[in-house]
Formats: sequence, C-alpha cells, structure tokens
Amino acid sequence: MLKKTYNKIYDTDIGYSFFNSKIAITSSVILLIIFLCSVFAGIVAPYNPFDPASVSLMDAFTPPAWSEGGNPSFVLGTDQQGRDMFSTMIYGSRISLIVGFASIIFAMVLGVFLGVTSGYIGGRYEIVVMRLTDVQLTIPSILMALLVNGIAKSIISQSMHSEMAIYVLIFAIGISEWPQFARVSRASTLVEKNKEYVSASRIIGLSNIIIMFKHILPNILRPLLVIATIGLALAIITESTLSFLGVGVPPTTPSLGTLIRFGNSFLFSGEWWITFFPAIFLIILALSINLLGDWMRDALNPKLKIR
Amino acid sequence: MSLLQVNNLNISYPTRKETIVASKDVEFNLERGEILGIVGESGSGKSTIANAIINLIDPPGEITGGSIKIDDNELRSNEDVIQKYRGKKIGFVFQDPQTSLNPLFKIKDQLIETIQTHLDLDYQEALKKSIRLLEEVGIDNAEERIEDYPHQFSGGMRQRVVIALAISCEPDLIIADEPTTALDVSIQYQILELLKDLTKKRNLGVIIITHDMGVIAETTNKVIVMRYGVIVEQGDTKELLTNPKSTEARSLVISVPPTNKKIDRFKLISPDGKEITSDSKNLTKNIIKTWGVRENKNQKLLELSEVTKIFDEQTMASSFRFGSKNDTNDKAVKAVNDVSFELYEGETLGLVGESGSGKSTIAKIITGLVRPTNGEIFYNNLSLYNSKRKYQIENSRGQIQMIFQDPYSSLNPRFKVRDIIAEPIKLFQKNISKSELIQNTHDLIDIVGMTRQSLDRYPHEFSGGQRQRISIARALATRPRLLVCDEPTSALDVSIQAQILNLLKDIQDELHLTMLFISHDLPVIRQMCNRIVVLKNGSVCETKESEELFNAPDHPYTQELIRLMPKIESIV
Amino acid sequence: MFGYFLKRLLQAILVMIVVAFVSFSLFNFVGDPIISLTGEDSSIERQAEVREALGLNDPIYIQFTKFLGNVIQGDFGISYQLKREVSDLIAERMPATLELVFVSALLAIVIGVILGVYTGIHRDSFVSNIILVISLAGVSLPTFIIGIMLIYLFSVILGVLPSFGRGEVVDLGFWTTGFLTVSGLKALILPSVTLSLFQMTYVIRLVRAEMMEILQTDYIKFAKARGIQKNVVNYKHALKNGLIPVITITGINIGTLIAFSIITETVFQWPGMGLLFINAVYFVDIPIMSAYMIMVAFIFVMINFIVDITYYFIDPRIRIKDEMS
Repeated sequence: MLKKTYNKIYDTDIGYSFFNSKIAITSSVILLIIFLCSVFAGIVAPYNPFDPASVSLMDAFTPPAWSEGGNPSFVLGTDQQGRDMFSTMIYGSRISLIVGFASIIFAMVLGVFLGVTSGYIGGRYEIVVMRLTDVQLTIPSILMALLVNGIAKSIISQSMHSEMAIYVLIFAIGISEWPQFARVSRASTLVEKNKEYVSASRIIGLSNIIIMFKHILPNILRPLLVIATIGLALAIITESTLSFLGVGVPPTTPSLGTLIRFGNSFLFSGEWWITFFPAIFLIILALSINLLGDWMRDALNPKLKIR
Repeated sequence: MSLLQVNNLNISYPTRKETIVASKDVEFNLERGEILGIVGESGSGKSTIANAIINLIDPPGEITGGSIKIDDNELRSNEDVIQKYRGKKIGFVFQDPQTSLNPLFKIKDQLIETIQTHLDLDYQEALKKSIRLLEEVGIDNAEERIEDYPHQFSGGMRQRVVIALAISCEPDLIIADEPTTALDVSIQYQILELLKDLTKKRNLGVIIITHDMGVIAETTNKVIVMRYGVIVEQGDTKELLTNPKSTEARSLVISVPPTNKKIDRFKLISPDGKEITSDSKNLTKNIIKTWGVRENKNQKLLELSEVTKIFDEQTMASSFRFGSKNDTNDKAVKAVNDVSFELYEGETLGLVGESGSGKSTIAKIITGLVRPTNGEIFYNNLSLYNSKRKYQIENSRGQIQMIFQDPYSSLNPRFKVRDIIAEPIKLFQKNISKSELIQNTHDLIDIVGMTRQSLDRYPHEFSGGQRQRISIARALATRPRLLVCDEPTSALDVSIQAQILNLLKDIQDELHLTMLFISHDLPVIRQMCNRIVVLKNGSVCETKESEELFNAPDHPYTQELIRLMPKIESIV
Repeated sequence: MFGYFLKRLLQAILVMIVVAFVSFSLFNFVGDPIISLTGEDSSIERQAEVREALGLNDPIYIQFTKFLGNVIQGDFGISYQLKREVSDLIAERMPATLELVFVSALLAIVIGVILGVYTGIHRDSFVSNIILVISLAGVSLPTFIIGIMLIYLFSVILGVLPSFGRGEVVDLGFWTTGFLTVSGLKALILPSVTLSLFQMTYVIRLVRAEMMEILQTDYIKFAKARGIQKNVVNYKHALKNGLIPVITITGINIGTLIAFSIITETVFQWPGMGLLFINAVYFVDIPIMSAYMIMVAFIFVMINFIVDITYYFIDPRIRIKDEMS
C-alpha cells in the first residue's frame, strides 16, 4: 500500500519534482531529523543542560572530543558553565523552532484572515487594511519586533518579564510578519474573486463566509505555503537575532541565538566551539528551510514552464 | 518557385511522460498574392506551424524533421538566415494587441528601431517611413499619434500598429496568428480588409490562422484544415467549403451557425462520418418527476425598467465620501443606460452587442452580482432590488441561474464534480437524504450527457466542452425557471459549440426553461433566440423578433453589424 | 503633475502625524515617566512638582500639540538613562549610521541588479547557478553570524581589518565622516559588506524573477519576431521593464538597511543610532525609543515619497493616467 501511495504522489507534478530534486529531498530529511531531535530532546540529548544537578563548573571550557584536552563524554565540548554543547544545542533548537513555528502560524492566521476578507469584501474595509499593510511593510520586521518587544516590556511589570518573554516574542515576530501574508492572500483573493466559479457560488446563494473560506481559500494556498516556509526561516533568524541582541528569549531558556551570544565573548580568547557549533546548527536549519522553500516556489509556480 | 514551401514538417514536444507530436508530415506551399488560411480546432497545431516558420517555438518544443524554404532558401537549422529573415522577409502578427507592444516605449521608438535593424536608413528617414506606415494602416493623425504609448491606443488601433510593425521592413510573407479573435466584429472587418488590401498592393503572401470559418470564407484563397497536428484536407477555399471531403472538414463546415436562415438543431458529424442532428441521449424522465410538471403560461417572467449602471472608479476619496451616491466623477463609465425589456415564459431572448455594450453587466444585474444604479428589475412581478439597492434573493430563490463564458474558471478546481453539483442541491433542500441527493446528482449528470464516472473526477481532467456541460448541470441543480447564458460557447470550438447549443435547446424543451441568451456572435443568436435586443454602448438600439431583425433591421447599427459579420455563405 | 505630488505629500504628512502620535503615547501611557526621571523612591510631592513642570496635567490634545511642536524643532526630551538631550545623542550618532547605510545600499543595489539581470537572462548557466547558491547562503545566514564570521576571518586570523569602531573620523562641524581617512575607510569595509549581504541576495532574487517573467511576455516574443537582436532584446527591452520594481525595492531596501544596521552596529560596536536604540530597548529608555521611531519613520516616508516621484517620471502609464484626468 505504501508503494501505491508513493506511485500516486510520484505521478503528480509536485511529487515528480520533489523526488527528482536532490536538494528538496536532502533538505527535507535534514529538517525532519532536526525536528525529531528537538521534539524528543529528552531522549536524544545525552544531558539535560538546564538541570543544575547535572552541570558542574569543573567541566567548563572543555574543547570538542577530537581536539587536545577533549573529553569523549562531551562530544562537542562544554561552555563556560560546564554544559554539554551538543545538549544545549538540541534544547536550544527546540526553543528556536517553537518560537519560529508559533510566530509564523500566528502571522499566517492573522494575515490570511485579513487578506482574504479585505480582498473579498472590498470597500472601506479593504482600503484601511491595505494602507495598514503598506505602512507596516515599509517597516522591516526586525524593527517591528524590537519595537513591539520594547513596548511590551515596559507595559509588563519586571517580575513577569521572564515568564511572558516567549509569548511576547512570538507576538512581536508574528506581528511583524503578518503583512506579507495579508498582501499575498488579498492579491490571490482578488484574482479568484473574478473567476466565474465564485460568481456561480454567489448566484446559488452561498453565504460569503462559505465562499471565502471553503471555495476561495483552498485555491490560494499554494503561494501562501511558499511564503510560510520562507517566512519560517525568516522568523527563526529574527528570533535568533533578537536573542543575540539580548532582547529575545530569557537566558534561562536559551535559543540558538542566545547560545551564540554567550559564546561570542569567548571567540577571541580561543574557546571557539562555544559559538561555532550553535552557529553552524542555525545556519543548517535556516539553509534547509530556505532550500525547501525555494524548491517549493519553483515547483508550485504555474508560470515557469517545465524545461 | 513558391514564396514559401513547407515539406514534411515534424514538430514534437518532449514532456516527462511522453513525447507529444505537435505536427506530423505537414506539407504545403504559398505563392505571392495569395492568402492562405490554416484552420482547425484548438490543439490542432496551427499556431505551432506558424511559430516554426520563424523558429520561435516555445521550448521544449522543437522541429524534428522536414524543410522550410523561402524563395528556395532553406530556413531550417540555419539560425543566421532565420535571424535575418525575421522582420525583413517575414512579418508576424500576434493575436492579442494588448500584450504585443512594449508598454514602456513610444510607438515611434518601436517602429524606428525595427526599421533601422533591417534597413539602412538614418533617423529622419526612418521617422518619415514610420509615419507613412501608420497612415497606410489607417491611423489618422499619424504624425501626432506616433509620439504616443501603446496603452493610449484602443484595441483595434493597436492591432493596426502591430501590422505596421510587421510590414515595416517590406517583408514578402506575413503570418497572422488569430489576428482578429480578440477584436469586435466591426473592427475585425476593417483589419481583415486592411490585410487583403496590403496583400494586393504589395504582392505579399499571407497566412492567416483562425478558428473562425466565416473569416476563412471571406478572406482566404486557399485553406488548410488541421487536426491533431496533421493536415486532413487542403485546397481552394471555395472548393473546400462547398464540398468538404474529410470528416474533420465536414464537421467544421456543418457546425457553423448559418447566417441566412434559422434551423432547429445544429447538424453534427459523428466521428465515423455520419450526419446526426443531436448527440445528447434520451433525457431521463426522472428529473421531470422530481421537478414536477411545468407549464408555460406565457406570463411575463422578467422585466427590466429603465435600468442604469454607472461604474465609479474606486478611489480612497470616493469610498470615504459621505455625500450622495449619485455624485459622479468624470472617471465614471455608464455601462448600462436606461435599458428596458421584457422576457416571457418559455421564450429565449437574446442580448447581442459588441464589447462595451453592457450585455454582461445586465446579466450580472439580473443575477445579483452587480447592483444597478437606477431602475427596477422585476421577477414574477416581485422587485429584485429593494430601496437600498440590495439584492432580494428571497424573491428569486434559485429560480434564476447562470452559465458562464470561460469553462476554465467556472468550476472550482479543488472540488470534485460530484460536490460541485451537489452543493446547490444541499443548500436548497437542507434535509435531503443521502440517497436522494445521489439520485438527483446522477439525474443531473445524465441530463447533460456525461458519464457517472465523471462525478468522481476533478475539473482539470475535462475538456472545455465537458466543463460547460458540468456548469449546466450545476445551474440546473436548483431547478431554475430562468437560465441566463452569458456567452456560453464563445470559448469553445465550433463543433463543440454545436453540441452544447443543441444540448441547451433540448434541455429548454424538456424542462420548460426560459432563457436569456447573451452573445456577440450574430449567427448563434439568430439560431438560439425568438426575440433579440440589440445593445450598443449600454443602450438599446432595437428589440425585434429574430427573423424580422435579420431580414429587415431598422436601426443603422444593427444593419452595420449584419453587413459586417463574416458569413461562410458568402463564398458558396 | 502637481496634483499627484501634492496627494503623495499629504499622505506622507498624515503618516508622520500618526507615527508621532504613537510615539507620544509611548511617552505618556507606557511606564511612568515621572518615576523614571525622579527615581523609584521619590516623594509624592516631588512627583507632583515634576508632573506639573512637564505639563502632564494638561489635556491630551494640548500635550500632543506641544509634543509635535517640540519634535518639529528637534527637541525629543532627555534620555532617562544617559541623562542627556536626545537630540544631541542622535545628532552625534546619525552620520555613522547614514554613512554605513549609504555604502551598503550602494553595494547591495549595484551588485544585486547586475547579478540579478545576469542570472535572469542566462537562466541555466553554470555561473548563474553558483551565484544563486551564494545568494541562498546570504538569505540563510543571519546578519550577526556573517559579521562574526568576517571578524573572525579578517581581524582575528588575518589581522588586516579592524573588528570594531569607525577608525579615524574627520569632524566637519555638523557631520563626522570616515570617508576621508584610510583607517575610516578600512573600518567601513567589514560592516558594510555584512550589512549589504542580506539585501543584495534579496535584490538578486527579485530582479532575476522579474527578468524571467518579462522574457516570457508577448511583447518580447514580438520583438524577437521582428528580428531584433537578442542582446538588444535582453538588455534594452527586457531590462527597462525589469528595472521598474527595482525602484520600489530600493526604497524599501534603505529602510531595511537602517533596521539591520542595529545588528551590524552591535556586532561591530559601530557608534551609530542603532546601537543607541538597542541599548534604549534594553533599558526601557522611552525618549530615545520614541525619538528613534520618529526619525526612522521620517526617513522611510521621505524615501517612499522620492520613490513615488521617480516612478512618475519613469513609468509612462502613471504619467498619462494623471494627465488625462
């Protein structure tokens, strides 16, 4: 039965494109591995670096296992507090992925809703939403995220900062990313709105909500999927940037960006691995997502003729 | 020595699944002073041949064999020669004047550049020549208009500019790929006359590719009929049209709606060559059981009274304007102007007009897609729009349905055919049982002549004609009394058009439907309608019984339209 | 023509007022400015004094008007944390950021357009593929990582370029420039490359997509059918159409660069507005935050305005539409 499903997928244009693209397969596999590792971090990581009991300052600054002074029980070395690099990376990637996914989903739901409704309903509502989108699009996401973060911080009392930090971050990045979903879904909705199957649905008497979300939405998913994928990479990079700058996730639950920040101070004094490995991990993560998104964009684009 | 000699031309498109043969062993020739027509239904390969002559086939298509000679010079596999010949020896005219010209360059620059590429003239000389060319193709005020940009010309004017560009370097051969398909009848007439004129004056050889048999009859000397990449018949135009021999040619000729008389059903040629009158199977009586018997009491079903529609351009200022909605700005377009007519049970009323006549807008107003600015619309003596101009759908309740023009956008690509048809049924009969629903769906797909297996497929698996049948099934699902048909066959091949029109007539008879039939195609209107309303620029020119209209039209516009429409009978 | 400009100008002013209002709200409703100025354990009387002195008891529209008046004159108040006039701080830091952004923008757009056009026209060539792979890396590498990597390579290992600061700057009175000294120019290299890389790859991809789409249009096909040479078709006909979106991109580009300069300035300890801002966020220094917001909004709005005007002169369709009405 598996083979039958495989054949069915292979037969479609997308399936064919996927299975013939080494890039698409490689990046998907990498992403799958990273994803599974972070979900099952407890099992995959040899240590829990956030459990004070398992961390000892005595192990601090151990270089990777293959270099001089290395310790095989800490494959990639330890950081300044004695935490195993490999474990911190796995846990860190978990945070990065959570924030990345959550913010993109938030942005997508908000953006698609506003985009589809404004495109379909039109009138003053559309104009207001459009202007809002335009204005916000001129503000780069980093800035937006920083501003929202800063404002939220000053509203929330000091004591709640750590607890709320992740939610604030997800909100901030989500808010900075919704306009591109809105813009694309509105443009696609406008195109679909002019198609005759929408007119037919209106004549039949289907309610506007059904037309928008049962008829139009499934037809505009393709470009949205591409944007979501590339947006995910961007969200992860934004989160790591914010954490690097010190205004992201709290240090108690470090993401990859935070780890890089920690290690940056030791880069020039020789303990390069503390920054290096999280950085490489982050790069691989972002690169895989972007490659997948790139492939998706070409595969789902009806205008690019098959060569 | 012929101007153009094509021998054994073979073109194929390798795709990942298979290699599609676009043209096989095509052979023909063309002399100076001749106009050759290449006709065939979509997918027949006619455009591919044209593109092959100038070697601009879209990849991955390629010429796999044969020879193309201009004045005995072999063009094939000789890119340098072809490059020199393009524009200089061979001029090409594309179908869509909207997209053929670069929007960022003035007409002057595009003309002069083309001229200077091939002819040895300096700027001033090229400019003078360009102005003369524009005059030759019938553009007034050429000296001023040459400074304009493409979007400042209307569709017909743009096509003239395109023709000017094509003949600018004095070519001997002109290839025109559906040059008038996107234009109105009156403009089409002018463009074709222009081409005939140029052929005579400059002793050109011209190839016209079209699917319109009327154009073939009135413009060409020779004609080639193609099907699936193969030439099925070729010869003198008059000969072929009076006495077609191949099944394909016979099918094409016989499906063309006659312009000089009214027939009951379109004739068709079945694949094995026999003449049949209708190919829809016996309509199931089931559906009549569920719908109940209807009678046509010849009451007034629909009435439009002084309906007007003004389209205001939506600007930020206008949306937030709090004044009266009747304030118009000068960007307003009066699409429908004081239109009144009546529609009686059981009849078919035709709305005919060219683009901009308002016919589609009227259809949209009747079905509630567009709000009228002024006027009243009554269905069964109930007003369809309340004082706030909101569509009162309760007053028509599924009794008004519509069939659309574009079969490729009228069905939701993500829905199975079954769901497309079932959805309206479920909406109107909320408590219908599953078995009854299936029965109804089956009845509908039967009535439009498609198999029950089609129900589980997706729209993209079907051809244009089949998709229109599905659209008809969907429209019938709410048991309408009034069927509005907005150019339902304009996008279909001529033989498929005949099938669909026959189907519509059959359904109308069986189910006692009333139809509002909209088209720009006069012969089709004549065949389908009892009465006809002629529209121009949003206003009614005249309303008459159809035979009376064609035999003795009153309004000068109607007379003009009838005079200019391409008639296949002209050559017989 | 002036109608078009006037409309755009009015829109710009409207946006600025909205931004100013948001900024103003920050001041008044977020956190307590009084506490920040007088300290957490100041007396109630002292707080009331300060409140009166700052005019915080007046109705909102009066406060807002005063705020606007101040802003237009360049007075943004006093930094909570650094206890200095915000306008002075900004004036000091602005040249550093603007020079950095200018050089990066130049790099990103010029190189981006050239490579974008090349990869768009020569779709499948080997060189194009290499360029695309590198551009992908540019999008996937966070700016700060690029910065760190470059520092590690050029400062630590090779030791040829400085890893922080602006180098020697020349004081021109209202402006300090690093363009006129060798060390100033050297110090510019790594940060501007870092900053421009992300944008450059974005421009490459965009221009490439545009070019590829244009090359499939009917008018390009018609030009080929008229015998116009391939190079002319590619570099004259297609390019002119392809450059139009680049102009909008340039506008957004500069905005993004200013935002990303925050990161670059942090990594390279570049004494610009970005570094100032990030510290303000960290310490919840509202006056600097709101001032930065207004300054940046002003730059964005101005750039958009210039882009709109340029569009008017380049795309005849907009010009004709305007002239006809």
